[in-house]
Amino acid sequence: MNYVPNTDYDRSVMLSRIGVTSVDDLFNDLPAQVRHPTLGIPEPLSEIELTRLMSELAHDNGGTHEYALFLGAGAYNHFVPSIVRHIIGRSEFYTSYTPYQAEVSQGTLQSIFEFQTLVCQLMDMDVANASMYDGASAAAEAALLAHHATRRSKVLVAPTVHPDYLAVIRTYCTELGLTVDGRCDFDGCLNTGRVDPSIFSKAIAADTACVVIQHPNFFGCLEDVESLARAAHEAGALLIMIVDPISLGILKPPGTYSADVAVAEGQSLGNTLNFGGPYLGLFAAKQQFLRLVPGRIAGQAYDSEGRRGFVLTLQAREQHIRREKATSNICTNEALNALAALVYLSSMGRQGLRRVAEICLQKSHYAADRIASLRQYELVYPHPFFKEFVIRCPRSVAEVNRYLLEHKVIGGYDLGRFDPVLADCALFCVTEMNTKDEIDTLVQLLGELK
Amino acid sequence: MTEIPEDLKYTKEHEWVRVSGAEGTVGITDYAQAQLGDIVYVELPQVGNSVEQFGTLGVIESVKAASDLFAPVSGTVTGVNEIIRDHPEVINKSPYDEGWIIRMKLSDPSELDVLMSPSDYKAFVQSLGES
Repeated sequence: MNYVPNTDYDRSVMLSRIGVTSVDDLFNDLPAQVRHPTLGIPEPLSEIELTRLMSELAHDNGGTHEYALFLGAGAYNHFVPSIVRHIIGRSEFYTSYTPYQAEVSQGTLQSIFEFQTLVCQLMDMDVANASMYDGASAAAEAALLAHHATRRSKVLVAPTVHPDYLAVIRTYCTELGLTVDGRCDFDGCLNTGRVDPSIFSKAIAADTACVVIQHPNFFGCLEDVESLARAAHEAGALLIMIVDPISLGILKPPGTYSADVAVAEGQSLGNTLNFGGPYLGLFAAKQQFLRLVPGRIAGQAYDSEGRRGFVLTLQAREQHIRREKATSNICTNEALNALAALVYLSSMGRQGLRRVAEICLQKSHYAADRIASLRQYELVYPHPFFKEFVIRCPRSVAEVNRYLLEHKVIGGYDLGRFDPVLADCALFCVTEMNTKDEIDTLVQLLGELK
Repeated sequence: MTEIPEDLKYTKEHEWVRVSGAEGTVGITDYAQAQLGDIVYVELPQVGNSVEQFGTLGVIESVKAASDLFAPVSGTVTGVNEIIRDHPEVINKSPYDEGWIIRMKLSDPSELDVLMSPSDYKAFVQSLGES
């Protein structure tokens, strides 16, 4: 499509049609002093100068190539095989638009269909959509699905769920008149690092639409999912599980616990940290909820000659078909990030994913053991964990991290931001990308702080 | 020529109701099924749900569109046509018989008076055709 700018003649015709003499007249409603502000934008640069400038700015960023990263809390440094970049970098994928017109978008639709298929296999769930914005909004939409399915209006969120996820769930739910409870057994969880099913189950009532749990939870610990699942289902509430896709290499998938909806942040699958986004919401559910699932769904179909093809399907759930009755107002998906996840899972395979999970488990436990053996540090929660763990430090986390940063190490998440009871506690994350040397250096540096 | 049985009452949204005492059977008209095209899914109400006259009972989804199904009269849902769950196309083939959608108990039979007679509905459909 050519870009055809307006000529002066075009402009004069348009202006006279609407009854003004110049473009400036259109701004007459603005006070004179703000009409033409001085913006202080520098003069244009040549391509050479611009490239040099951007390069200098980019060098101000410290990335995972320079720093040893032990920070997680929702976004993770995992291995991205080079094949991912090669496939998503193909212009047919990189610059393609939404596949509304099926006949010219078979490649895109097929990749979405395969992505959905792998999400179902990974989570052991019946149906998956073409992806959501991120894990947090996926969790929020899961709560909305539970409301539509049960017609109940209370959402019970475990206090060991990521606080940002709770905030997003509140944002989505409160405006629709749903009540979100994220404080049940709060103090108990801060003490033990996970939810006590006997206390938590007492909060599940006849008007509870769903119970939202995270596994592994925000503190890295594994929850007693079986008990929580039983409690939710006995009360007629849906079980929504937020999971770590990499952990599914060794942990039982949500389908095992009869989760009604399973969501996750898919960034760990073939996506880099990307300065915080775009990320990738995974959303999967039981078959019976298919028509309540938000977002796009790619389906497999056959044409009049019996040839297989792919289409966006079940669009009556979406707002461009039924505005007020749509299951969600999302009208997009994270296609390129989803493709990266698809390529990652395809190239790693079941064995590869298991291996990644095992390495994360082994390295994080090695790190936790070594740090906990330092007299001035303490592993706060005694429960089994996957790749993240909480350490009480002898100084504020800010001080510890400042010291680590001087040595090109990025430390854990300051849990004092989450609750004052956890002041001086840091959430450390170790993945397959951390070398043994990096971990030993971290331990040595931590040991130097008294 | 669109079929309009003589023993039914009709709504502007193209639902029909067949009344027997205080019980009613509801479906969509031949005109409606033709306009919708191949019906692929019906979202049915739960038995026991109560509804106001012209309130939403469910949704009928076709290859072209998704349309709300409105209640011709107020009452309580006493039954739904289970066949159309797996075979929604029955509504296209037989909109007044095998393709009935719900059964309900009427709470106020006088509401039938505001509905259209077969001849009113015929005139109504013809006026739509001309526009």
